[in-house]
Amino acid sequence: MTTFLWVIVPYICLAIFVVGHFWRYRYDKFGWTTRSSQLYEDRLLRWGSPMFHFGMLWVVLGHFLGLVIPKSWTSFIPEGIYHSIAVVGGMLAGVLALVGVSILIYRRRMTGPVFSATTPMDKVMYFFLGAVILLGMVNTLSSSGAIAVGDGHYDYREGVSVWFRSIFWFQPQPELMADAPLSFQLHALVAFILFALWPFTRLVHVFSAPLGYVTRPYIVYRSRDARPGAGVGTRAPERGWDRPELQRK
Amino acid sequence: MRVMAQMAMVMNLDKCIGCHTCSVTCKQAWTNRAGTEYVWFNNVETRPGLGYPRGYQDQEEWLGGWTLKNGRLNLKAGGRLKKLLTIFSNPKMPKIQDYYEPWTYDYETLLGAPAQENFPVARPYSLISGKPMNVSWSANWDDDLGGSKEHAVKDPMLKGIEDKVKFEFEQTFMFYLPRICEHCLNPSCAASCPSGAIYKRAEDGIVLVDQDRCRGWRMCITGCPYKKVYFNHKTGKAEKCTFCYPRIEVGIPTVCSETCVGRLRYIGLMLYDADRVLEAASVENDHDLYEAQRSVFLDPNDPAVAAAAERDGIPGDWIEAAKRSPVRRLIQDYQVALPLHPEYRTMPMVWYIPPLSPVVDVVKDTGHDAEDKDNLFAAIDTLRIPVEYLANLFTAGDVAPVNAVLKKLAAMRSFMRDINLGRNPNEEIAAAVGMGGEEMYEMFRLLAIAKYDERYVIPTAHAEQAHALEELATDCPVGEYGGGQPEALGEGAGRPVPVAVENFAMLQARQTSDSLENQLIGGGSKQGRVNLLNWDGIGVPEGLFPSRDGESAQTRSEEPS
Ligand code: SF4
Ligand code: SF4
Repeated sequence: MTTFLWVIVPYICLAIFVVGHFWRYRYDKFGWTTRSSQLYEDRLLRWGSPMFHFGMLWVVLGHFLGLVIPKSWTSFIPEGIYHSIAVVGGMLAGVLALVGVSILIYRRRMTGPVFSATTPMDKVMYFFLGAVILLGMVNTLSSSGAIAVGDGHYDYREGVSVWFRSIFWFQPQPELMADAPLSFQLHALVAFILFALWPFTRLVHVFSAPLGYVTRPYIVYRSRDARPGAGVGTRAPERGWDRPELQRK
Repeated sequence: MRVMAQMAMVMNLDKCIGCHTCSVTCKQAWTNRAGTEYVWFNNVETRPGLGYPRGYQDQEEWLGGWTLKNGRLNLKAGGRLKKLLTIFSNPKMPKIQDYYEPWTYDYETLLGAPAQENFPVARPYSLISGKPMNVSWSANWDDDLGGSKEHAVKDPMLKGIEDKVKFEFEQTFMFYLPRICEHCLNPSCAASCPSGAIYKRAEDGIVLVDQDRCRGWRMCITGCPYKKVYFNHKTGKAEKCTFCYPRIEVGIPTVCSETCVGRLRYIGLMLYDADRVLEAASVENDHDLYEAQRSVFLDPNDPAVAAAAERDGIPGDWIEAAKRSPVRRLIQDYQVALPLHPEYRTMPMVWYIPPLSPVVDVVKDTGHDAEDKDNLFAAIDTLRIPVEYLANLFTAGDVAPVNAVLKKLAAMRSFMRDINLGRNPNEEIAAAVGMGGEEMYEMFRLLAIAKYDERYVIPTAHAEQAHALEELATDCPVGEYGGGQPEALGEGAGRPVPVAVENFAMLQARQTSDSLENQLIGGGSKQGRVNLLNWDGIGVPEGLFPSRDGESAQTRSEEPS
C-alpha cells in the first residue's frame, strides 16, 4: 500500500501531467485559454481573482523553498527564524489564496451566467483545488503549533520534502511519507491528483504566462506563410476535453 | 524607407442611409455563432449618439489607444508591467451591459400556441443568463436619434459644443457612421496582447487574432480605442473584424462593402513607410496627427518609391493596384477623406469623407439655394455645428481640415449643377478650392458613379503563396472541416481546404452557374457542403457529412457533440 500510494500514484499522475499537456497542446491549441468570465461579472472577480492568483504565486514560491531546496542548504539560517518565516509567509499566502478562491467559487455558483459557463471539468477541478488549499492550510497551522495534528511537531523538511525530491531522482523513499501525519499525506495525494487533472482543465493557462511580453516589440508583424508549424491546417481536428459547452441555455 | 502595403477603406458618409445592411451581412458571415451574439464587427451608429459599446469614445474612461508621455508613445491603459500585474482582472474591460445583453425570443410559445382569444406573446430571453429579460439597450438603441434627449446628449464628442446642440426636432443634425476595425498602422490592440496573438499581416496590413495563440487575457479589448476587439464568451478568445481576408485574398471586396446599399465604400491599397509610423504617431500636437499620418503614405507613381517597394518584396501588380487605388486618390490626391479619431494615435486605416448633408440641410431650411457655392461656403464658415462636431470625430477637433473638405464637397456640388443643367462648367468654382475643373469632375465620378471595379481595386494574393493562405485567424470552433478528396475518402477526410480557396471556388461556381441550386452560400447545399463560418457550434449542421450510406453518416454525426 505504501508503495502504491507514494510511488505508483505519484508517477502515474506525473506521467499524465506531462503526456497530457503534450497531447492537449498538440490537439487543442484552440481550447488552451483562461476562459475568462470577466465579461459576465467583474465586481467579485476584481477582488477574488488577484487575491487568489497572487496568493497562489506566493504559495508556489513557498513550496519551492520548502520542498525543493534541501534543508542543509539553508542551515545557515537559524532553525527558529526559518520556521517563523515559513509559517508567517505560508499563512499569509494561504489566507490570501483561500479567501480568493472562496470568492471565486461563490461567484461561480451564484452568478447565473458564470455558473452556466462552468463545465463539469471545472467543477471537478475546483473541488480538488479547494481541497488542496484547505489541507495545505491545515498543515501550515499545524506546523505553527496552532492546532495539533498527529503527535506534536512534524518537520516536513525531513519527511515530505525528502520524499518529494526522491521522486524526481527516481529513487523514491515511500517510507518517509508513510510516517507523515495524515493531513500531510492527504495534501500530497490530492495535489498529485490535481496534477493529473491539470492538462484537461483550464489550469493549462498557467503555462502560457506571457512573460515574453516584457521583451517583445509591441507590434507583431507576421507573414501569411510564416506560421510556425505548417502552412495550412495547423488547427487540430478535435477539441480538447475542456471545450466550452456550446449548448443554448 | 521600408515600404509596406496596407489594405484600406474609405467610406463616404454623405451616402450612408443607415440601413444596417452591412452590419447584418457581416454578422451572417462572421459572428452568427454562440459566444458572439453581441458582437458586431461592423456596426452603424447614429451621430450624435453614444455609439457601440456605449460611450466608447471617451478614452478618459476606457483608456484605449496610445498617449504621449514625455514625447514617447505609451499605451494609455498602462505598459507591459502594469498589464502583467493586472492580468488576473483587467481593470478596464467593458461589461456585457456596456455592449448590450444579447437576447432571443421564446418562439416556441408562438409556434405551439393553440387557438385562443388573445395573441400569444414571445418573451425575450437573455442569451447570457438564459432568463427572461427586459430589453433595454442594444447596438443601435439610439438609432435615428431615438431617445436623443436622454442618450445623444451624453455623446462624448459633443465636448465643447454642448451648449450649441439642440435636440429639438428640426433643429438638430444627424448622420450615420458605419464602423469596422480600422486595421491600424500602429495597432494598440496588438501592442496590448500579452501573448502576441494579435498580429499585422506583413503583406496587406490586415490585423488578425491568431485563435491558437490567444489565451484569453482580454487586454486587447481595453487596448483598442475603437472597441473593435471582442471577447467570445464561449470560446474564451478574442475575435475581431478580419477585413474578410479570405475574400480580399482572392480579389473581392469585404462583405460589408459588397452589400453596401449606398455603395459608399472604397477599398484599395496604400503604400506607406513603415519606418516612419512611430515617429508620425508621436507628434506633439493632436492637430498635427492627420497630416503626420498622410506624410507616411508613399506615392506609388514616384519611381523611387516603386523601386523601393519592389526591393521590399511588394509584387509588381500590387504596385500597379496601389497606383489605381481609389483610397489613395481620396486620401492623397483629392484630400477629402479623413481618419476617424487620429488622436488615439493608432494610425487608423479606415477613413471617412465627412458628410456635407447637415450643412446643406441648414441652408435649405433657411430657404436659400443649397447648391450655390457661396451660400454653402458661408454656411460652412459660420456653422459651428456640425463642423466642430465633425472635427471632434475626424481631426482631433481641428476645424480647418474639415472646413477644407466640406468646401471641396460643396464646390463639387455647385460645379456639377452647371454641368447637369447643360451650362458651361465654371472653372472658378473648382479653383476656389484649389482644384482644376477636370480634377473636380474626376472626383465627382469617383464619388458618385464609379463602377464596382473602380471602387474596389484589390490585387489578389499571390499564387506562389497560395499554399500558405491562411485559414485560421478567426474561424469557428469546428472540428472536421471539408476535405480535399471527397470522392475517395468522404468529405471529412484529407487536409482542410483554406477558407480563401474554398470561398473562391464557391463564389466562382455561384457566379458562373445560372441555376439557383448553387446559390446557397450559408446553410446546406446540394453537394453536402456547408459554409461553416455560419455555424454556431450547436449540433451538427445539415450536410456537414456526406450521406454515403445512411448508417455511417448517422454514427459520424454523433461524434462531435
Ligand atoms: S481598430 Fe482594429 S487594428 Fe486598430 S486598435 Fe482597434 S482592433 Fe486593433
Ligand atoms: S449598407 Fe451602406 S448605406 Fe447601409 S448602413 Fe451600411 S454603410 Fe450605410
